[in-house]
Amino acid sequence: MDVILFLIFALIAVVCAINVVVQTHPISSALSLVGVMGSLAVLYLLLGAEFIAAAQVIVYAGAIMVLFVFVIMLLNAGAEARTGRSYLIPGAPLLIIFLGVMAFLVQRIFPDTTMVRFGGFTGGGPADIGHALFTTYLLPFEVTSILILVAIIGAIVLARKEIE
Amino acid sequence: MQLLDSFIFITIVKAAMVFAVLMTTLAYLQWVERKVIAHVQVRPGPYRVGPHGLLQPVADVIKLLTKEDLLPPYVNKPLYLLAPFLAMTMALLSISVIPFGPMVTVGPVKTWMQLTDLNIGVLFILATSSMGVYGIALAGWASNNKYALIGGLRSSAQMISYELPMSLAIAAPLLISNTLSLRQLVERQSGSIFQWNILHGPFPQIVSFVIFMIAAFAETNRVPFDLPEAENELVAGFHTEYSSMKFASFFMAEYSNMITVSALATLLFLGGWMAPWSVAWGSSLVPTGIFAVAGITALYHGFHAARKRDKLTLPVFGIIFLVVAGVFLLPVVQSWLLPLFWFAAKTGAILFLFMWVRATLPRFRYDQLMGFAWKFLFPVAMLNLLVTSFLVAWFAK
Repeated sequence: MDVILFLIFALIAVVCAINVVVQTHPISSALSLVGVMGSLAVLYLLLGAEFIAAAQVIVYAGAIMVLFVFVIMLLNAGAEARTGRSYLIPGAPLLIIFLGVMAFLVQRIFPDTTMVRFGGFTGGGPADIGHALFTTYLLPFEVTSILILVAIIGAIVLARKEIE
Repeated sequence: MQLLDSFIFITIVKAAMVFAVLMTTLAYLQWVERKVIAHVQVRPGPYRVGPHGLLQPVADVIKLLTKEDLLPPYVNKPLYLLAPFLAMTMALLSISVIPFGPMVTVGPVKTWMQLTDLNIGVLFILATSSMGVYGIALAGWASNNKYALIGGLRSSAQMISYELPMSLAIAAPLLISNTLSLRQLVERQSGSIFQWNILHGPFPQIVSFVIFMIAAFAETNRVPFDLPEAENELVAGFHTEYSSMKFASFFMAEYSNMITVSALATLLFLGGWMAPWSVAWGSSLVPTGIFAVAGITALYHGFHAARKRDKLTLPVFGIIFLVVAGVFLLPVVQSWLLPLFWFAAKTGAILFLFMWVRATLPRFRYDQLMGFAWKFLFPVAMLNLLVTSFLVAWFAK
């Protein structure tokens, strides 16, 4: 059952990811990206990381992508014109070689025993994540929050109109 | 026996029951809303189809099903067709984690009055509601119509903005209850009204409740925040180009979201299916009392009828109410009917609030709407969360 679900959603994720690049219309690309986020959330859920799955949908698919779609609609961006040249012919073999090398390296670096298995992981609840964030990973967590604060201030400074 | 106990069979039966009840409620909520608004405005409301217009929802469903289903030639077809489907699916999906009552025993089967209990139930509802934005935004964009587009944009901006104070308002009672599972959330509020999160200390969540309700009005695009469908500015907003059942699915999605949000407010702040005081002090007699009073009033007005038709209809309603009052006294059904009554009563009270507000308040201006969310509601929600978390940490042993 787990494997079937994994294959289905992995396939959806890959097809949507390819669709992001292939589609000419920005809205279709953005929606395909939402599809990728959604199927990734299901994959997280299959692995037992339920909080990450929910956060994935709420933050990425629900908030960030809505803003993307919102901006595309606001600017009323049309379909982009094809430039005529296709990089598919040199691209496809290179892509396959790249994927092969990556798979090989992952196989080498992480031996079979350290892999995460379906149903083998139970520490994905909100309480576990909270504990990890406020004990083991406290410093990276706080540093990230400062980084985000800096980004917010930067965005306000850049977007603000000069008052004469 | 094997079949009856199997998880799949129980789930299918429960899903069918929840779906049937929800669909009936959706249809009749519309009737109740029209009646409530009509009575606020001192007019009778729907009266022609059936006694007191009770068959009006059936007539509406037939009308919507048989209307011509237009597909305008200038729309973006796949997205135009996807949008109502998406809105409807996301609206119905969140019902699956709402608990309606405690465990019930039907013959040999013991089961919860809930489709599924996730230990991230609250997050699941937030996730589906944030995905529901796409339905409206895409409907507006795919219609290829400037009014629809502005409606869709307004709605997505509004929903993103009000999601923040709403999430913060949800987080505060969760801190007190210390769980994300909706069932446990309710179980930790059992006892009396003083155990409900709205009154339960270290810090009573009244502020949180008010913020949640305001944000809920905006999230469901209801008056006074119904700018996405402001008729005087935008024709009908994002669903201008939709007709027949496609229009109806947006309509049903809106009402379904209203029910979900009211149920969520009940679960988070008002103690879910728990009675406001204990059975020892007679809380089990409340539904009987209410229905008996309603029945006797209806009978009295039936016998002293002001209008001719009331002579027949009001006694019938009166007898029905009295029978229901009697049913609540049967010990066999009390174990599941009483929790269900309290849950429905609380959710219904909040739904009534939605209608009451719609009948009385005018619409906001768009810049006021955004300013209110970001400059007032968000800071207040943040402050409330800070105070709550400080006090929870202070009193935690």
